[in-house]
This record gives sequence, structure tokens and C-alpha cells, in this order.
Amino acid sequence: MNRGLTASNTVSLPQDDRVGGLPAAIFLLLALVPFAAGFGPESYVLGLFTRVMVFAIAALALDFICGYGGLVSFGHAAFVGIGAYAVGILGAHGITDMLVSLPSALLASAIFAYLTGNVCLRTRSVYFIMITLAFGQMAYFIAGSLAPYGGDDGLTIRLRSTLFGFAILQNDRSFYYFVLLALLAAYLLFRAIVYSRFGRVFRGARENPTRMSTLGFDVFRFQRVGYVIAGAVGGLSGFLLANATQFVSPAFMSWQRSGELIIMILLGGLGTLHGAIIGAAAYLLIEEALGGITEQWKLIFGPLLVLIVLFARGGLLGLADKIRGRLGRA
Amino acid sequence: MCKRLALVGAIIGLSATAAGAQEKLKIGVIATLSGPPAVLGQQLRNGFQLAVKNLGGKLGDRDVEVVVEDDELKPDVAVNKAKALVDRTKVDFVVGPIFSNMLIAIMKPVTDAGVILISPNAGTSNFAGKECNPNFFVTSYQNDQNHEVMGKYAQDAGMKKVFLMAPNYQAGKDAIAGFKRYFKGDIADEVYVPLGQLDYSAELTKIAAASPDAIFVFLPGGMGVNFVKQFRQAGLAEKVKFLSAFTVDESTLPAQKEAAVGFFGGANWAPNLDNPQNKKFVTDYEKEYNAVPATYAFQAYDAALLIDGALKLTKGNTSDKDALRAALMKANFTSLRGPFKFNTNHYPIQDFYQVKVAQRADGKFETQIDKKVFAGYSDPYAKDCPMK
Amino acid sequence: MSTGLVVVQILNGLQFGVLLFLIAAGLTLVFGVMDFINLAHGVQYMLGAYLAVAFYALTGNFLVALVLALAAALVFGLLLEFLIFRHLYDRDHLEQVIATFGIIIFLNQAVKTVWGAAPLTLPIPEFFSGSIVLMPGLLYPVWRLVIIGSGLAIGLLLYILVGHTRVGMLVRAGATNARMVSALGVDIHRLFMIVFGFGTMLAAFAGAMIAPILSVEPGMGDSVLILAFVVIVIGGIGSMRGAFLAALLIGLVDTLGRSFAIDILRLVMPPSPARTVGPAIASMLIYVLMALVLYFRPSGLFPARGRG
Repeated sequence: MNRGLTASNTVSLPQDDRVGGLPAAIFLLLALVPFAAGFGPESYVLGLFTRVMVFAIAALALDFICGYGGLVSFGHAAFVGIGAYAVGILGAHGITDMLVSLPSALLASAIFAYLTGNVCLRTRSVYFIMITLAFGQMAYFIAGSLAPYGGDDGLTIRLRSTLFGFAILQNDRSFYYFVLLALLAAYLLFRAIVYSRFGRVFRGARENPTRMSTLGFDVFRFQRVGYVIAGAVGGLSGFLLANATQFVSPAFMSWQRSGELIIMILLGGLGTLHGAIIGAAAYLLIEEALGGITEQWKLIFGPLLVLIVLFARGGLLGLADKIRGRLGRA
Repeated sequence: MCKRLALVGAIIGLSATAAGAQEKLKIGVIATLSGPPAVLGQQLRNGFQLAVKNLGGKLGDRDVEVVVEDDELKPDVAVNKAKALVDRTKVDFVVGPIFSNMLIAIMKPVTDAGVILISPNAGTSNFAGKECNPNFFVTSYQNDQNHEVMGKYAQDAGMKKVFLMAPNYQAGKDAIAGFKRYFKGDIADEVYVPLGQLDYSAELTKIAAASPDAIFVFLPGGMGVNFVKQFRQAGLAEKVKFLSAFTVDESTLPAQKEAAVGFFGGANWAPNLDNPQNKKFVTDYEKEYNAVPATYAFQAYDAALLIDGALKLTKGNTSDKDALRAALMKANFTSLRGPFKFNTNHYPIQDFYQVKVAQRADGKFETQIDKKVFAGYSDPYAKDCPMK
Repeated sequence: MSTGLVVVQILNGLQFGVLLFLIAAGLTLVFGVMDFINLAHGVQYMLGAYLAVAFYALTGNFLVALVLALAAALVFGLLLEFLIFRHLYDRDHLEQVIATFGIIIFLNQAVKTVWGAAPLTLPIPEFFSGSIVLMPGLLYPVWRLVIIGSGLAIGLLLYILVGHTRVGMLVRAGATNARMVSALGVDIHRLFMIVFGFGTMLAAFAGAMIAPILSVEPGMGDSVLILAFVVIVIGGIGSMRGAFLAALLIGLVDTLGRSFAIDILRLVMPPSPARTVGPAIASMLIYVLMALVLYFRPSGLFPARGRG
């Protein structure tokens, strides 16, 4: 009965050689979105998919620690929020150059991850969930009490980040491609890590921490490094979110938001990386589509989540595999 | 982006003029329709839709299409929805939202696109002062004012000692500051509670220990319901006068009921305000939605009247923004609250009342006008606004 | 800060703690026994309150309304168990989280559709509407005493049921090793159904009892759910005793923090910053407490054996 709070054991690591297809297709599709958007309400479509990718980056980071490391963080939104606040606070002091704000966002989130990781990683399973929630809530309350930066009301960001003084993100299309590049970079980074020696230890620690310790690895330190990397990438997502909405608010780090991120990675399929991108897209696009149909869309959305769990183990990717399996047999 | 939007705007403008009054007027309504505060958003939406219905589905002789969006009380969702309204639905006006933090979030995407934003509730101080915006109009109040009404009342009534309480967030701090702007007596204590607090035993004990003449609280929504019930149950209602803003109103009274009777609030309107247009509004609203309207509904109703009046002046034309703004500024409508005009910062100049909770003959509860506290009152931030 | 005031605030803290225990009891039972994360516990609490309001409107009698609400909640809970939950018992915690999250989303919207978004209320039952004088100028409603009493009674009931009855023994055995119990000829699914039904009723009971002092509104279960989780995690998952003590601890820390944070901070800093920092610290206090407890005792204060 003591399953612990780890990822589904059925999700196996994809073989290195078969990884290519689907992720490549995803990135290709995302790269084509702006061309399709030109035929419709362009800035709306670009905005929507920018949002999808921003959340996908945060979801990727969460999938890395959760799907591969078995560390289910219920405070992941805090990293996003801290990254966003780095942009907002620097912006309030007139510093908009991303050469400053981007590293600040990454560093701030990484430091928060390092400090809280020291405490959180001592615990396991549900306790880990709850202690990350605790730190997430603390970050939330601290952000809400930052009176000079809007307190609970949040803070408007006048201009998107610049590079050497050039407003390269001001155009929606170039901002879109910037976010896409960031997503690609995050994806490649995590893929590289997962298949590296470090990644093998990190994964091994999820399945059997004792064995890893016996083999002479300092599991705690490996997990902390993984946690800090995930935190920094969460900060990257926050940097982009702040630029996308041109607004930062404590609500970015509420526990509901952390919960949504967990739902996203589960929806896509845990421990696959590209599943996180699919999950983020599915969650946000379903929400958007249902919201357009009826104000009561949550009456549909809730049962949909239940059905996905009941009938699509391993998320949407799992469902796709199952369907493919059926077709193959037929 | 700005350039392209301007271009798009110009094209839309041209086509709108070409199509003339035939084309439908599109209005986006953004309100919080999920979570506990959903009742406020529903009042807003209902009020606006009722006005459109009463005007025969037309504003300024143009057929109207109203698109309602839920901001879910998440700023980034609000921005997303606002962009969808502006860019996808191509609305001429955005009406909303309920909450100040949502207003701050959607201000830029809506007004930068040259769309007129009309707030039927939130009225933050920044947009009243230095950051006032030509495309932004408010049919409610500046947020501080209802609190100032209570402060003035407490001061005029000669109260010696008042206990203050609000949630620990920006609007809560503004509320306390607004009250203290007019009240110069003793402050027994100033308590900030966490947002969404359930049990007030600790605070009630503090109040009893301080034994003030009155308390002033700003506890919107469910917090107010919990506090009012517990305040009455603790037997404090008989000893301590209850002054409040956004704590006892028609959105919370169905749950507070008898517990709130005799409690005071500060407001710019009440359902029993005596003028023919308001009487008709309240009757129609109750018939249509089976609930007593609160300020959120009436201010949204006024927002529709405001648009209607302005479009009558521009003959249905929304493409000439300067003319449209000038027309809106004239406030060419009969407000449900009676006297109404815009200040230079596009916030209202209006009367404020102390209102009191009472049970009506039909058993329902409402706030009723008790006393006029300010006449033709404008907010102090307008002087910082560069618009003239 | 007089001694009398401190004593009253301590009492307030204890009563808030019992209130929390009332909500957390069902959660820790289901979580502890079945190793099932039921996020829907919060909405079941909300449903209990709504049902009580609805049946009160029909019958005009609190007790009858309470009984009917419990029965309706039980039927609904068992329906959920049959349709959804029993397929999730041997799944991952994470899958349980997402499914029960879906139920939260659905039910929050559903009560709004059925009963409207405006908050509702339930009057205190006539018989208990009196109050006692707690300190000069402050009354204490008898109903709150009833809530405290029922919280303590539930605690005792669970202690006896789980610790000293045959069903309780099976439940404990099932929690430790379901397969073994099953092999011994016990219908483990029926056992779990009973536990889950009981957990549902506990949630609904808490909702109905608390409705007269709180506002009944959509989403009322969400913040309570987080508090309840904090309680059972600090206490140690699966430990009824731990949950009880943790609930009291949190009630005390939260209430005393709210009451005296500013006064205490004033001792070490000027009044104005104290007024800004105090409430922020008070809001965070229970989370700080949880982080501290888990830092020193990574499995809570009273970890149940065989769990990590």
C-alpha cells in the first residue's frame, strides 16, 4: 500500500531514438502558429499560444522534478511568481534590459529553490507536497505584502524587456518566437540532463533512493541540484509570463496555480517532457474553448478530468499509445 | 505592435463608417463569475444586460451584441480575456471589472488598443490621479470614497473611539486610510486580518476588550457574512455601532439577514433611492433576476446608459475616438442615482449617503438611505490628473 | 495585554482548533486508512452545508435537516465511490489528485448552478440560540459549545471505532496490508466503501454544523481543504491522535498570532512597521509552523507506523 507519491510506474523512459518524432512535430506546429494566426485575430491567437508556451516551460520544469525525480512540488508557481516579480520590481526602477532582468529572474528563483530545497528535500511523498505548498504560500503572502510594488493589487509593467535598449519583444510575433526559443532551450536542456549521468542518478533516486545511496551517491545533493534547475526554469517561465501579461501579481503564485501546473503535466503524460507541453496546451486550450461555449464550462471540464484519469492512464500521451495499440492489433 | 494595431484600428474605423449604423455595436463585459465573489460579477452582468434589454436591445440606436467574459479573479486570465475581446471580438467598449487588481491588469491591453474601458465598480486611486487615462471612464466611485463617507459620519456624530478592521491587502489598507482621512477621534485598534478569514473569535474578543463607540469594517463578500453573523452572535451589536463599506449590501444580505439589520454602510446609492428611473430599475431587476440589486448592478446599468447617451450624441459613430470621448464626458444620461457628472479624471462627481440595513415589508433585506453625507463630492486624486 | 484577555484568546484558539479537527477528521480517516488523497473532501464539506440549508428550508427543523443532509450526502458519496473512487484506490496518488480535483471543479460550479452564487445562511437552532458571558461585553454563543462538543465526540468516536472494534481492527489491518487482509477472506472493497462513506458523512456533518456561524457559498471548501491538509500533515498522516493535537496546535498558533503578533513585534521594532509586518507574519504563521515541524520531523508529529 505504501506507494509513496511518485510518478506512475507504468511510464517508462522513452528510448532515445524514438524521441524525435512527436516533439519535433510539436515544435514545428508551434513555429507555424504565427503564419496561421495571420489569417485570424492575430494578436489574440499569438497571445493565446504565447501563454501556452509560457506555461509549458513551467510545466516542463515540474515534469522534470516530478516525473523523473519523483518530487511532486505543490509550490511550483512560487518559482514562476518570483521570476515574474524580478521583472516587475526591476521595471519599477527603470531597469528593463533583459541582460539584467533575465539573469535576475533565473537567479532569484534558483536561490529560492536552493534555500527551500534544503528543507523540503528532507521529506518524502505527501510531506514533500505539503512542505512545498507551505513555502509557496509564504512566497505568496510575502508578495502580497510588498506595498511599494502594488501589494495584493499587483504591478503593471509598462514596457516589455529590452535587449541593449532595443525593444525586441514589443512586437507580438517576435515575442512569440522568443518564447518558442526559450521553450525549445528548456526542452533540450532537460532532455540532455535526463539522459546524462546526472539524470540517471536523479531518476534512480526516485525509484530507489536507498540503492543510490548504497552505490555511493549523495542523493540529497543530486535532488537539490535538480530542484534548483527546475526552480530556475520556473523563473524563466515567470520572466516570460511577466512580459506576456505586462503585469505581475501575487495571484501568479497562489496554490491554485501550482495545482493547475500539476494537472497540466498529468494531463499530458508524466515523465515524458513533451507530455508537459501537450498537457499545458490541452489544459489552456480546452479551458479557452469550453469558456467560449458556455459560462458553465466547469460543469464539463471537471468530469473531463475525471474521465481522463479513469480511461486514459498516462495522460493524453498514454491515451494516444493505447489507441495506436488498438489500431495496430486490428 | 502599436503601429499595427493603429492600422487595424483605422481599417476597422473606415469600415465602420462605411457600414454606418447597420453594423452591430459590440460590447465586452469582463467580470468575476467564478469562485465565491461570483455573485458580484453576476450583479454586474445582470445590471448591464437589463439596461440593454430595457433600451430595446439598442444603444444609441445601434443593435448591441454583449460578450461576457469571466476573469476568474486571475490577473493573467483577465489580460488574456481582455485581449480576446479587443482583438478577436473587436469590441467597441469593455465594461468591467469588479476588482481593482483585475482593473489594473486589463487597463493597458484595453486602452492601448484605443478601446473605451468603463469600470462599473473598481476605481483605483492611481487611475484617478497621475495615471488617469483618456479612454477610461468610471461609473462607480473612487475606491476610497465609501470609506470616507463612514469616516465623515463617525466624525460628525462625535464618536470618540472607533475600532478599525480590514483584510490585509491593498484595498483594505486604502479603506482604513480613507476612513481616517475624515475621522479624527481615537483609534482603539487597527486590525488587518488574512483575506478569506473564517472565524473572528480573536478579533471579537479584542473589540469587546477595547469597548469602542463603533467599529468600522471593510470585509467584502463571504468574510462580511461570517463577521456580521459572529458579531451579532457575540452580543456586540447591542453595544457597538457597526459602520462598514462593502460589507453589508444586497449581495451579502440574503445570507446575513436579521443579523445585519440596523448596521450602517457608506454608498452612492441604495435600492430605495427616491426617483422614478431608480424605482423602475429596482422593480425590473427583481422581476428579472429574483434578487435585490446591489450597487454593482446599478453602476453597470448606468454604464449602459452612459454608452447609450454618448452614442446618441455621436449618431452611433464609434470610430472618431475624440468625438466619442467628448460625448462620454458629457454624461448624457439620467443616472439612477440622480445628479451625476464626470470630473476631469473621468471619475464621477456625485452624492454619497450613509445607508442602513432594513427588512422590507415583503421580507427581503436591503440597504436604505439614512442620511446624505457628501453632496457633489469628487475625489482628491483628480488634481494630480494631467487631463483637463 | 491583560491575563484575562490572553486566557480568552487561548480558549478561542482551542475552539478554532476543534473546528479544524471536525473538518480534518474525515480526511485523515480516508487518507490514513485507504491511502487515498481525497481533495474532494472540501467540496463534500460544502455540500453538507448546502444540503443542510436546503433541507432546513423544506422542513424548518435543524435536526431533521441535519439527518436528511447526512443521508443525502452519504448517498451522493457512495455514488461517487461507486462511479469513480473505487477505480482509483490502487492508482497513483497523483491520479487521485487530478480526478478529485475534477470533482472539485464540477461541484463548485454545480452548487452555483443549483443554489446561485450568493452566499446562503442557516440560523442557529432555536434550542441552542442562547449564549454565555465570556468576559465583560462579550457573549459566547452556546452553538459554538455544541460544535466543540461534537468535535470532541467525533474524536472519541473515531478513537473507539478505529482502535477498539472489530471493524476498526480490519480497517487498520487493511491500511497496513490490503492484499493480506483480502487473502484472509475479508471483503476489502466493502470495507473501503464503509470507510469512505463514513468519511463523507464526517465532512458533511462538519459542513452542516459550521453553517450557522459561517457563510455558505460556492468554493467555501477550498481554503478549508488546505487547512485540513496542513492539520493532518503536521499531525502525521494516518494518526487520529496526531490530527487532533495538530488541529489544536494550529488553532492556537493562528489565533494567538493574529491576536498578539503586532503587540509582540512592537517590542522589537517601531509601531508602524510592526503594523505592516505583523499581519503578513500572522497569515504565514501556520505555514511556517508546518515547515518547521516537517524540518525536524519529516513525517509529522505522530507518524503512523509503516509509513514514510
